[in-house]
Amino acid sequence: MKRKAAKTVAVVMFIALLILTFVLSRNNPSSGNDIVDSQQKETSLKKYGFYLEPVNQVAGITFKHVCPDVDPKLDNIKMQIASMGASVSVCDFDNDSWNDLYFTNSKTGSRNALYHNLHNGKFEDVAASMGIADVNTEGTGVSMGAVWGDYDNDGYKDLLLYKWGKPELFHNINGKRFERVTEGSGLPGWVNANSAIWFDFNNDGLLDIFIGGYYKEGLHLDSLNTTKIMPESFRYSNNGGRKYLLMNMGNGKFKDVTEEYGLTSTKWVLAAAAADFNGDGFPELYVADDYNVDEFYLNDGGKKFVEEGSAAGIGRIPKSGMNASFGDINNDGNVGIYTTNITEKGILIQGNNYWQPNSEDMKNNPSFVNLAQISGIENAGWSYGAQFGDLNNDGFMDLYVANGFISAKKNTSYWYDYSKVTGGNSAIIGDAKNWPDMQGKSQSGYEEDKIWLNNSDGLFEDVSGKVCPPSTYDGRAVAMADLWNRGVLDVIVANQNNIPLIYKNDTGNTNHWVDFDLQGTVSNADAVGAKVVVEWDGKKQAQIVTGGMGFSSQNQHRLHFGLGKSNKIDEVIIYWPSGYVDKIQNPQIDKLNTIKESK
Amino acid sequence: MQQEYKLESLPKTNAFSEWVKNNFQYIPPAFITLILLIGQFTYGILDSYVNLVVSIGTSVIAEIILARTVLGTTKNLASAYISGISVGILIRSNVIWPYFVTALLSILSKYVLRYKGRHLWNPSNFGVSWMLFLGSMNVAGLSIQWGSNLAAMAVIWTLGLLIVNRAKRLHVTVTYVISFVILAYVRCLITGDAFLAELAPLTGPMYQLFIFFMITDPPTSVSTRKGRIIVVILVALVEFVLRLNHFIYAPFFALCLVGPVAKFIDLKWNVPKAQLQKT
Repeated sequence: MKRKAAKTVAVVMFIALLILTFVLSRNNPSSGNDIVDSQQKETSLKKYGFYLEPVNQVAGITFKHVCPDVDPKLDNIKMQIASMGASVSVCDFDNDSWNDLYFTNSKTGSRNALYHNLHNGKFEDVAASMGIADVNTEGTGVSMGAVWGDYDNDGYKDLLLYKWGKPELFHNINGKRFERVTEGSGLPGWVNANSAIWFDFNNDGLLDIFIGGYYKEGLHLDSLNTTKIMPESFRYSNNGGRKYLLMNMGNGKFKDVTEEYGLTSTKWVLAAAAADFNGDGFPELYVADDYNVDEFYLNDGGKKFVEEGSAAGIGRIPKSGMNASFGDINNDGNVGIYTTNITEKGILIQGNNYWQPNSEDMKNNPSFVNLAQISGIENAGWSYGAQFGDLNNDGFMDLYVANGFISAKKNTSYWYDYSKVTGGNSAIIGDAKNWPDMQGKSQSGYEEDKIWLNNSDGLFEDVSGKVCPPSTYDGRAVAMADLWNRGVLDVIVANQNNIPLIYKNDTGNTNHWVDFDLQGTVSNADAVGAKVVVEWDGKKQAQIVTGGMGFSSQNQHRLHFGLGKSNKIDEVIIYWPSGYVDKIQNPQIDKLNTIKESK
Repeated sequence: MQQEYKLESLPKTNAFSEWVKNNFQYIPPAFITLILLIGQFTYGILDSYVNLVVSIGTSVIAEIILARTVLGTTKNLASAYISGISVGILIRSNVIWPYFVTALLSILSKYVLRYKGRHLWNPSNFGVSWMLFLGSMNVAGLSIQWGSNLAAMAVIWTLGLLIVNRAKRLHVTVTYVISFVILAYVRCLITGDAFLAELAPLTGPMYQLFIFFMITDPPTSVSTRKGRIIVVILVALVEFVLRLNHFIYAPFFALCLVGPVAKFIDLKWNVPKAQLQKT
């Protein structure tokens, strides 16, 4: 009798589990774009305090990205190989206090665009007249991204263009034109790079360069003599391109100190960002890697880097690292790192990471904890670039994540074919000729970008498709900037093989804000590496001045803080790379404060 | 995956063989643990030890409770251990509950889905197939993970073949591998993809677990050698069809569809024989 009852209980439990798992699997929390109607903007403004309106046409931005050409030997997976190159970087190149935009293009012969802000809501492409448009010429490679930094401290930001090809350096001549100064600068001859940043790793007041290689530097992807160019494993690849750490020697020349500083790994780098995490004043380097674990390089007093990813908790689970960007999501003065990966329902669930520093002794024993799941910012899609920024000025940093890998034929999927080779031995996965022909299939295509609203309680709310019209471009780079000097963050998304999205942010609220634009004197002129901590109304938010972060992107140079309803800031503390600390009491709000480093 | 190998048929040669014979039930669990250890120490395949502990713990505890309450007996826990470890390796999730649920479903299936006193499905094959079939936001399978180290793969294949040979199931593994290779070639003719692309899955870890543990599982395989060969060819054929229809987890689904039907027919037609083989 007891056995019969036990059997009945087992049967009931079994059926209940089958039903429960079935119901749970039908529940898709990331439904994103729900209802689009004429009331969308009004509802969004009322409910979320902002609305992102695409204004490409009004702003006069007509740029369209075109993907790179690849060798015909790679025709079977051309769409996959040529899936990067759309980038955006924000820079006020002429120091008129209005942000300008630079977009890269990736087909041989295509032109990059520099959109000069005309102060009237419109932009004008001046790349050709400034000498930085025709940069994808035959034999020199094609653009993958660009970052701006004042390497000679003359007050004007210069341009580092990284490519699947020869990296280029352009000197900004008083905001009037750019002079190509690549030859003799010490930049490498050829790098298949998808990531580069400016940072001053030895705090000598001169901006240095990090370039991360993706494919091996010996390969010219448009003219190959081998098809053995692919990763040796989906999770444990070390056959990517090399890294380059280039020390600024101060005379327009850069010295390759990569080996000397210990950056010798050859993982497949897709993103990098630098900030001082252990409080010793020198910036650490976070490197996001595809096909392997991410890397966390501790800066040992500007003398060398030591990779401590595994010990710090960051480099333990291999994913598909495609982004590295900073944000203080809890307003506790702690800046964390957001990295993006792949989430494809039922097939591959890597999830994105938010690495929050959590060690009592970050100086000697740095460690991080992943808060992405608990914060609700884990599963986005096939994610690339991401940026934090307070989109509704409520005092909490929100998050924009670009999504979508390849949008080709609708209702098709390359995932099955992809899974065949990626589960195979290195001899198979490593050779492109073994990869099934894509035949125009999509892979994680037509995905909507994610927009997560920080609800101020450590949790984010998915407002994708509710705060902007729907779009399913293949998003790559994301940048945030106040494009019209209104005290709000606008969003710019560079899409692969398509137009970018220029989102004008309508906050429609009376929240306060404050911006800081830092100028180094002892530190590098761009103050890259400086940390600004704003304290108000019991909150404390930290932000870092970077020389590029995210995926193939760079935000505006100035730092933007939303203040909510508070009309007073208690204190602003600026930690300069030089080691100086400036404190500002009660700075003016609702304005841009330009701060020069005290000597 | 669950292994409850027969001991009687093992040859007597020397003291070591005698020892192996007397303790053979522990060899498969030791082997799957070895696979796990090689994977973990070579590459760190486990994203979290907690997931593995949850799936093994759930399997073992469920087996103890269900065996005692439903069957009124105690069972050797080696098979539950294998089920748990298989779930821990084959299921991939960022949250813990799928490991618990899959392990529990696997063991429950053993006590609920029965015919003539025997369970029909390989427990972890049922649990894993169900969870992967649902295609939820929280569960994926081990399809594109692990490294491609040839030495590690050679060790696993060598040991695996030795063990299935010892367990008199080499014919099952070999038949499946031959069938897979032939059908991979046929698929490449149909799809136009490279033969190596079609062959690639066989070199991955998912198949190593599949061919050494799941398809050779004695309690859920049929009673005759000829029957087992026919069944495994059928599994390969169904997998072939599923693959042509782009099912990533085709081998699990194929075994989940073919295995129980074959076992049911075997039990129906060969009851006395099946009962003799009861382990």
